[in-house]
Amino acid sequence: MDFEKIKGIIVDTLACDAEKVTMEASLKDDLGADSLDSMELVMALEEEFGITIEEDKLADFVTVGNIVEYLNTL
Amino acid sequence: MQKLNEILGTEFPFIQGGMANIATAQFAAACSNAGALGVIASGGIFSAEDLRTQIRVCRSLTDKAFGVNLMLMNPSTDEMAKVIAEEHVPVVTTGAGNPGKYIAMWKEAGVKVFPVVAATVLAKRLERAGVDGLIAEGTESGGHVGEMTTMALVPQVIDAVDIPVVAAGGIADGRQLAAAFSLGACGAQIGTCLLVSDECPVHENYKQALIKAKDSDTVVTGRSIGGPVRILKNRMTREYLQLEKKGASLEELEKLTLGGLRRAVFDGDTETGSVMAGQVAGMLKEERPVRQIFEQLYADGIRELNAAALRWN
Repeated sequence: MDFEKIKGIIVDTLACDAEKVTMEASLKDDLGADSLDSMELVMALEEEFGITIEEDKLADFVTVGNIVEYLNTL
Repeated sequence: MQKLNEILGTEFPFIQGGMANIATAQFAAACSNAGALGVIASGGIFSAEDLRTQIRVCRSLTDKAFGVNLMLMNPSTDEMAKVIAEEHVPVVTTGAGNPGKYIAMWKEAGVKVFPVVAATVLAKRLERAGVDGLIAEGTESGGHVGEMTTMALVPQVIDAVDIPVVAAGGIADGRQLAAAFSLGACGAQIGTCLLVSDECPVHENYKQALIKAKDSDTVVTGRSIGGPVRILKNRMTREYLQLEKKGASLEELEKLTLGGLRRAVFDGDTETGSVMAGQVAGMLKEERPVRQIFEQLYADGIRELNAAALRWN
């Protein structure tokens, strides 16, 4: 998956600064996402890429990198 | 639209809120026997086996439907979710998070699933996961709360999904129940107004504090640490909110609330304990049996609904 596209969705959904969105950035601590924001993000990714992300995966999405790596396994 | 009482097989379209440390098996059974859906709170229960015992006690005290509220921040949530399925509890409600990963297991065990939601995003996701209905809980509620009010949240959740939605937060009399029905809710979850019932096991001081409370006597603590809790103002909350303003750390703040709910509920310490209550606390005037609370709430609700329709016709 294209990192820039994922980054765009993250910036849009979380209303955060684009330069803060790095692979290492923590959704909660660095990008300020609460649990509802994270869920908005997952729903937006599902819609954009036409995928379904299973519930038990959600807890693993701590950093931006976790999401990118997961999307790359699809 | 199916009414909540038709979905659950209860007399009234009411779910008793899953109040941690308060909604015991005995209290849940009393609420079920009085015509609502009684709910055992898992918050305050330490192990999955203790929860199993509570479920069996409740079953021995009522032949009516009852539920368990699974508080998803509890460390033994996975085991408790399993116990709920193994015991074929009729209904599960959930709080403080996303119960998505348990839903298939519960549905297979014949458990009806009604998660509490505070925003539409979780509502849509849980509908897709196959829940039976949702409890849309506004920030008027006591205890752990979200940001949105019942008035704003309930219709937006209803528009977002095609499953039944129960309204919660701010419902203590017939006018508020009529409002919830007008918003499109199939029923109501009620908590705060049951705290002053005869059957409720909270300390007498807790009940008296609620009866004395005015409309503006609740505050929300813990916003700065991402854990907002609505609670009756007292010495502890004053100190807590001052500390929060100064940017105190999680550890400093938790020192004040550690064991606070249990202190208020069991020891009647309403000065330094956590007297959790919703904004309707100011409407509570007397202690009554739960049956009377349900009967009057329902009768007044229907009357108010009809009166409003006539008035504006």
